[in-house]
Amino acid sequence: MKSKRRWKSILTRLRRALSFRKGTAKIGIYGPPNAGKTTLTNRIIHTFVDENEDVGTATEVPHETRRAVRRAGVTIDLKTKSLENPNPDLNSESKEKPKRGKAKLKLDVVDTPGLATKIDFHEFLAYGLEEDEAKRRAKEATEGVIEAIKWLDDIDGIVLLMDSTEDPYTQTNIIIIGNMEARGIPIIIAANKVDLVDASPQRIANAFPQHSVIPISALKGENMLDLYEEMARRFR
Amino acid sequence: MEIKMNLISEDKINSMTSTEKLRFVLDGVKSGDIVVLEGGLTSEEQMKLIELTMTEVDDDFSGIEMSGYPSKKGFLNIRKKTRLTVIGPAKMMHTTKKDKDLISAIISAI
Repeated sequence: MKSKRRWKSILTRLRRALSFRKGTAKIGIYGPPNAGKTTLTNRIIHTFVDENEDVGTATEVPHETRRAVRRAGVTIDLKTKSLENPNPDLNSESKEKPKRGKAKLKLDVVDTPGLATKIDFHEFLAYGLEEDEAKRRAKEATEGVIEAIKWLDDIDGIVLLMDSTEDPYTQTNIIIIGNMEARGIPIIIAANKVDLVDASPQRIANAFPQHSVIPISALKGENMLDLYEEMARRFR
Repeated sequence: MEIKMNLISEDKINSMTSTEKLRFVLDGVKSGDIVVLEGGLTSEEQMKLIELTMTEVDDDFSGIEMSGYPSKKGFLNIRKKTRLTVIGPAKMMHTTKKDKDLISAIISAI
């Protein structure tokens, strides 16, 4: 069983090394609950597809996204799109005027439910949900976690979103990274919520030094150009 | 109230298939035990454990808390060597601090 898995991983790596590229990459947005996955997915859609289209609703209640949603046919084309960076201090190369890049990437973006090892319906009661509603949400959230895990079999690359205000060295983050490394699937870590005062993207970079860590604010649109360029570089 | 810990040797873990390991761990945790695995679980096994756990979450069992040392690179940097993993019921175990070589957790009776 183990050797079968190892061969699969080696074949995956070989295929990637030989640049066997499909036309469109399926990119999963993964992370723990409330990291900002739906906000990032919406930001990508608003920027490159339709500013009035949402793939989901982002709220402060954990597990708001309980079904994976795939938005097919997104083209990240930075040659034709200027991006304003609301906080140029994040990147010393940033200018105050809108920036253009060179990257182009066709992708299907998959917004996934938050990964967790525990789901307690009592936690939802604190957000004002009735008990029946909280139990229903908890049940759907467990199904969502399973769905997110199953999607890993069909994904060509992932953006792992972490909340820069939280400790990044959680078992869930370590498991996702370990799985991607074992499968030979490229991974980018996006250190989200850098617009908050207690954000520390450097803590994430220190915890996972072997991976690209891009500090962003999906909500405010900060430093998105760097993320898109890294996505085009790693996932093309 | 007493809390039971099961410290499982690497030899015992290696004698089990992946499915047996996960069932063994989850059965122990669901009965309120803290399970410590010498040699640990691979990241793929840990992901499967999360998946299996999610199928069994209900009003009484909210899931698991899991902590482990990250695996080490092994022979020729290809084969990874897993290290200790500790798993407990989410209602009883809470990891307070964790880094590459240290896990601090509070374990309390329900």
